[in-house]
Amino acid sequence: MKKFELAIVMALSLGMSPPAFAALQVDVNQGNIQPLPIAIPDFVAASPNDVAAGQNIASVVRADLGRSGLFKPLDQKSFIDKVTNINSVPNFADWRIITAQGLVTGSAAIQPDGRLRVDFRLWDVYGESQMQGLQYFTQPANWRRIAHMISDAIYQRITGEKGYFDTRIVFISESGPALNRKKRLAVMDEDGANPIFLTNGGYLVLTPRFNPTAQMIAYMSYIVGKPRVYLFDLESGRQEKLGDFPNMTFSPRFSPDGNKVVMSLEQNGNSDIYVMDLRNRSVARLTYDPGIDTSPSYSPDGKQITFESDRGGSQQVYIMNADGSNQHRISFGEGRNGTPVWSPRGDLIAFTKQTPGSFRIWVMRPDGTGERMLSTGWEDEGPTWAPNGRVLMFTRTIQGGRGSQVWSVDVTGRNERRVATPGDASDPAWSPLIQ
Amino acid sequence: MTKISVGLKLAAIAFAVVLAGCATKPPAQTAQTPAPTATQAPSIVPGSAEDLRVNVGDTVHFDYNKYAILDADKATLQRQSAWLAKYPAVRVTIEGNCDERGTREYNLALGARRANAVKEYLVSLGVSAARVETISYGKERPMCTESTESCWAQNRRGVTTITAGANS
Repeated sequence: MKKFELAIVMALSLGMSPPAFAALQVDVNQGNIQPLPIAIPDFVAASPNDVAAGQNIASVVRADLGRSGLFKPLDQKSFIDKVTNINSVPNFADWRIITAQGLVTGSAAIQPDGRLRVDFRLWDVYGESQMQGLQYFTQPANWRRIAHMISDAIYQRITGEKGYFDTRIVFISESGPALNRKKRLAVMDEDGANPIFLTNGGYLVLTPRFNPTAQMIAYMSYIVGKPRVYLFDLESGRQEKLGDFPNMTFSPRFSPDGNKVVMSLEQNGNSDIYVMDLRNRSVARLTYDPGIDTSPSYSPDGKQITFESDRGGSQQVYIMNADGSNQHRISFGEGRNGTPVWSPRGDLIAFTKQTPGSFRIWVMRPDGTGERMLSTGWEDEGPTWAPNGRVLMFTRTIQGGRGSQVWSVDVTGRNERRVATPGDASDPAWSPLIQ
Repeated sequence: MTKISVGLKLAAIAFAVVLAGCATKPPAQTAQTPAPTATQAPSIVPGSAEDLRVNVGDTVHFDYNKYAILDADKATLQRQSAWLAKYPAVRVTIEGNCDERGTREYNLALGARRANAVKEYLVSLGVSAARVETISYGKERPMCTESTESCWAQNRRGVTTITAGANS
């Protein structure tokens, strides 16, 4: 898989000076907001050959922003004004009539050299001003990524937070009967497009994670009948067993700099946490107690690791320094608490809370305070954060062996929705924003 | 088709064991009355995988989130150790399994605890540790998919499987 050739981005201007502050904004920290009505007409085609690209790109941008729960893309049938030239100022009154507060105009044109040029402008309909204008050149096959980049640019301009649409998800694709499940390692775009299966289902694979460049995946595989942590290099397609351990290795996670993998090693029935430096393959042991220690996750600065342990009698969330010192429990709420995952923003730890009758995704601060429930399923587990720390995905198992799905929820607990996957799926892990 | 019918038969056997364990108060007594299967299966080759499964019993069960060997299963493991003494070329792998009521990685660790508990019990009965390997499948290999107590009980299991040296 070739690394994506970076699109060229240039700012567009109509010679209007930007307003001192944008009237059009969404506060993502409010618990209950009205999605912002936004009009995104099909992008203007420079020639009949560009019509499909213009429609497709606008369609992906509408879907991205709608899925976030923060925007309400308006029905194109309600539009009064028809955008034919994105370099002229829109007729704002026509957009206000249909309640649009934001307007996105764009164009798509294949260039003589074969590249696709995409321009877009984001308008504040009430402020009657351009909030953003960007121009991209790329290979035509990359039109989806351009659409996601436009979505990210709009999201960031209006919310003040980085977007998360130009990202990928690594996950386990599931198929077959409940008693003989076939599991395959797979990657897809954040919106479910472009799924690629990396293993053939002939052996069990579990719990994949991306490295910080999204070029490497750490996961657990039973490929030779012995469950071990493996690395999958997306560029070369090569799978490599990580280290040569006598027993099961599992629950691998990369350090934020990508140089280390922290994971569990089982010996004589007991699981402890170890860290391997990928540069010289040296291994250090971090936990030494007779309890189950697993599901580690680095803080974004790499200085601490949150993990789960049942050393105190039940599965709970702990934190230690990255060298294994200062291990202490942080979860003291109801039930069993596991699979902690540190937010990329550092402010929260998402985890799975198990109470009689349900598993659900919760968050708390790294000091254990402020526990909040996010998801509402019967068996939800294994959260993963969007790179901006605003949205989580997780596995939802349907009661009675009726399969697994991937769902997402906003960090405020709003906008719980199923993620598009090719068939059943589990163990999602979000990539960073693609560089 | 044959694979399915074998699976159903196994499930029925496991289910019967669980029911017996629930119905009778002192679990030690139930263990002394193994299913009278030897007469039903005259064609089973002694020392074969089927012999272990049908005449000895290859499965033990665990309480929820526990890995201690239950009294009710000790007779099964005693038969397994006697059988392994009789067939010294046999090597086994103990598969540790969990019900769905645990997170994925915790259950991988719990399944490893269970498989190791079976191994340690067999070793305490004289089986060489070198003949016994363990593997955990966590909650990935259920026998039964209902979200009910009886189904969860079937899934919380340690299964002794032959990896080498069996008669066929």
